[in-house]
Amino acid sequence: MIRQKLALAVAATFILAGAAHAQSARDYISIVGSSTVYPFTTAVAEQFGKASASFKTPKVESTGTGGGFKLFCAGVGVQHPDVSNASRAIKKSEVETCAKNGVKDIVEINIGFDGIVVATSKKSKPMALTIKDLWLALAKEIPDPATGKLVTNTLKTWRDINPTLPANKIEVLGPPPTSGTRDAFVELVMDHGCKEFPAIKELEKADEKKAKAACQTIREDGAFIEAGENDNLIVQKLAANPNALGIFGYSFLEENLDKIQAETINGVAPTFENIADGKYPVSRPLFVYVKKAHVGVIPGIQEFIAEFTSEKAVGEEGYLGKKGLIPLPDAKRKQVAADAKNLKTLAP
Amino acid sequence: MNKPTPAAGAPAPLNRDIKTIVNAGLKRRHAAERHFRWYGLIAISLGLAFVVLMFANIIGKGYPAFWQTYIQVPIQFDAAVLDPDGKRDPQTLANADYAALVRAGMRQLFPNAQGRLELRALYGLVSSDAAHELHRRVLQTPALIGAEQELWLLASANVDTLVKGNIDRALDESERPIKDNQIEWVNKLQAAGKIEKQFNAILFSNGDSREPEQAGIRGALMGSFYTLLVTFLLSFPIGAATAVYLEEFAPKNRWTDLIEVNINNLAAVPSIVFGLLGLAVFINFFGLPRSAPLVGGLVLSLMTLPVIIIAGRAALTSVPPSIREAALGMGASKLQMVGHHVLPLAMPGMLTGSIIGMARALGESAPLLMIGMVAFIVDVPKSFMDPSTVLPVQIYLWSDLPERAFVERTSAAIMVLLAFMILMNGLAILLRKRFERRW
Repeated sequence: MIRQKLALAVAATFILAGAAHAQSARDYISIVGSSTVYPFTTAVAEQFGKASASFKTPKVESTGTGGGFKLFCAGVGVQHPDVSNASRAIKKSEVETCAKNGVKDIVEINIGFDGIVVATSKKSKPMALTIKDLWLALAKEIPDPATGKLVTNTLKTWRDINPTLPANKIEVLGPPPTSGTRDAFVELVMDHGCKEFPAIKELEKADEKKAKAACQTIREDGAFIEAGENDNLIVQKLAANPNALGIFGYSFLEENLDKIQAETINGVAPTFENIADGKYPVSRPLFVYVKKAHVGVIPGIQEFIAEFTSEKAVGEEGYLGKKGLIPLPDAKRKQVAADAKNLKTLAP
Repeated sequence: MNKPTPAAGAPAPLNRDIKTIVNAGLKRRHAAERHFRWYGLIAISLGLAFVVLMFANIIGKGYPAFWQTYIQVPIQFDAAVLDPDGKRDPQTLANADYAALVRAGMRQLFPNAQGRLELRALYGLVSSDAAHELHRRVLQTPALIGAEQELWLLASANVDTLVKGNIDRALDESERPIKDNQIEWVNKLQAAGKIEKQFNAILFSNGDSREPEQAGIRGALMGSFYTLLVTFLLSFPIGAATAVYLEEFAPKNRWTDLIEVNINNLAAVPSIVFGLLGLAVFINFFGLPRSAPLVGGLVLSLMTLPVIIIAGRAALTSVPPSIREAALGMGASKLQMVGHHVLPLAMPGMLTGSIIGMARALGESAPLLMIGMVAFIVDVPKSFMDPSTVLPVQIYLWSDLPERAFVERTSAAIMVLLAFMILMNGLAILLRKRFERRW
C-alpha cells in the first residue's frame, strides 16, 4: 500500500514538474473581459475557429470589463491575454496602468452598439417613460419641488412622479454596481435625468462632486432591487411580477418578446432601427481592445480582427446582428474596419 | 434491610404517589413525543418536497434537450461545386462551398420560395453546422462526390424549439423568433415526415458553441475529468499520508494541536479564497497558464485536502488499539503495523471521505473563476495544459445566455452533473457498506 502511494505521489510530482516546463508558446488567442460582449466575441471566435484550419478556436473568458482590463494591462507576454472585451471605453487610469506594465500599443475596435432596455411583463400596460421620470423614480435624493433643496426620495408610485403614469408601486429590477450595464445605465439615464432640474444645475456650478453624487446615487429603500448579473433571471422575475420594471441588455428583449415588452423612453421604443440610428437614448458602444505587441507572436490575431470587423459578422445582416448586436452606421463601420486592419493604436 | 420509616408529617405513602405523578404526566409526555415525531416528519417531508420540486423542475425542463430535431434534405454532391478539377485534393475539398449544397437542397424542397428575404428564412431552417457535416461526410467517403443522397441535417435551434412545442404558434409574428413562412414550411415538412427527433449525440460529443443546437458538454466533461484527476492524484496521497502521520506517528503536543486546529479551519474556508491563492501562487508566481485543468486541480486539491485528512483521521481512530498492540506484540515495526494492518483496515473509510471530497470539488465553480476557467472553450481539451472549463461553470455560462434554446440545455447539463454526483456518492456508500468493518 505504502509503495503504491509513494508511486502516486512521485507521479503527481512529475506532472507538476512537467507543467512548469510546458509554459512556453501559446497557439490560441486568449480573450478576457465584459460579460456583455461575451456573447458576441464567442460567436466570432467560434466562426473563426471553424473557418480556418490553421488556427485554433480562441479562448474567451468572462471576467467583467474592469477585471478584463486588469488582466489585459498586466503585461506583454504569452501568459497575458491578447484581447479584452469592454462594454465601455477604456479609462485613462487603465491606459496608464497598461503603459506602466509595458502595454503601450492598444488597438481599439468599436464593434457596435448595445441598447439598454427598461421592460415590463406583457400583462401590464405600457408606460411612456422619460429619462426624467426614471431619475425621479430611482435617485436617492431629489429636489423638493417647492424649495429646490435636495430631500430624501419618498415617491412611492409612478403616479407620484408623473400623473399620466399608472398608480403602481415603483419597483425596478436592475444589475448590481459591478456590472457594466449598471455603469452605462447610470451614465446614460441618471446623469442626464438629473440635469433636467434647475436645482441640480445650480448645485453643479457650486459643487461639481456633490452634484455628481446627487445624480448618480440610486435609492436603497427597496424601490430599486439589485437582481444580479444574470439578465435571464430579471426576465423571469418580470414575467412573474407584472408591476415590476427591469433593466437589461437589448438581446434579452429580442429573445423574450413573447413574455416582456419594452417601455418607450422619451417617446422612442428600443427597436433595432432606433438604436442603430442613435434615436434611442439609452445605448452604449461596445469595444474590443487588442494588444498590438502580441500581433505576430500569437498566431491568428490579425485574421481574428479581420473576422470581427467583417461585414459578415458586424454588418447590417451579419451573424452578430442575429445575436442582438446593433451595427455601427455604414461609414463608421468601414472606418473601424480600415483602422483595425492597419492596427491603428489609441492616441497616447 | 430496615425499611426507612417515613418522617412525621410526610405526604401520603410514596408508592401511590409516584404512580399518580407518573400517570398525571404520562399524557403530556406521550403528546410531547408524538409532537416531536411530527416535527421530524414535517422537516423531512419539507426537505423531500424541495428535492422533488428541484428534480421535477430540472428534469421537466432538461429532458427535451436529449432529443434534437433533424430535417431530411435531398443533397446533390455536385462535383462541379466540390471538386472542379477532379483531383480529390483535400485542400480543394476543404475550401469548397458546402453551404451552397445545403441551400440547393432546401430550394429543391420548397421550389416556391423566392426573394432574398424568403430564401434567407428558408436557409435558416437548418443549422449552420449542416455545411460542416457535409464536409465531414465527403472527407469520410470521397465516393459521395457526384452522388445524390437524402440526408438528415441538423435543424436550427428555432425550428427545434418550435417542434418541441416551446414556441407559441398563436403569438404575433413579431413576438416569436420564427417567422410565419418558416412555421408553414415546418408544418409541411412534418406532414411529409421529413422532420424527425433523434437522440442528441451532439450534446455529448461537442464542445461549447454559441449555436444552441451545436453546443455540447464534452469539453466541460473532459475538463472536469482532468481537473478531478489532478485533484485526486495530489490530495489523496498527501491527505492520507498526513492523516497517518498525525494519527500514528506524531507526538501529541502543542504543535500537533495547532496543526489540527488549522486543518479544521481550512476545511471551512470559503472556496473563493483558494481561488485567489491559486491565482497568486500557481499562475502569478509559478507562471502556470491560465484556464488549465492542472491549475484547477491544484486549487481544488487545496480545498479537498482538509476534508480528506479529517476523514482519514476519523477512519484511523476507528481501528481498535488491540490490532496495533497485537501487531507490535508479534514484533512488527511501527511502519509495518501501520502498513500491513491499520491502513488496510482504515482504507474504506479514507476512500469514502475522499470520494465525498471529490464530489464537492466536482460541483465547485467559484475558485475556478479566479484562475480563468470560466471561459468559452470550443475545442475539447486533450491534456492537463489545454484551456478548458468544467461542468458547473458550463452550466453557469449557459444560464446567462440570451438564446431561449439554452434553457433546456442548461437543465440537461445540470442533470448530467447530478448523475455524476449521485454516482460518486453512491460509490462512497457502496464502499462503506461492502468493506468497512465494525468492531
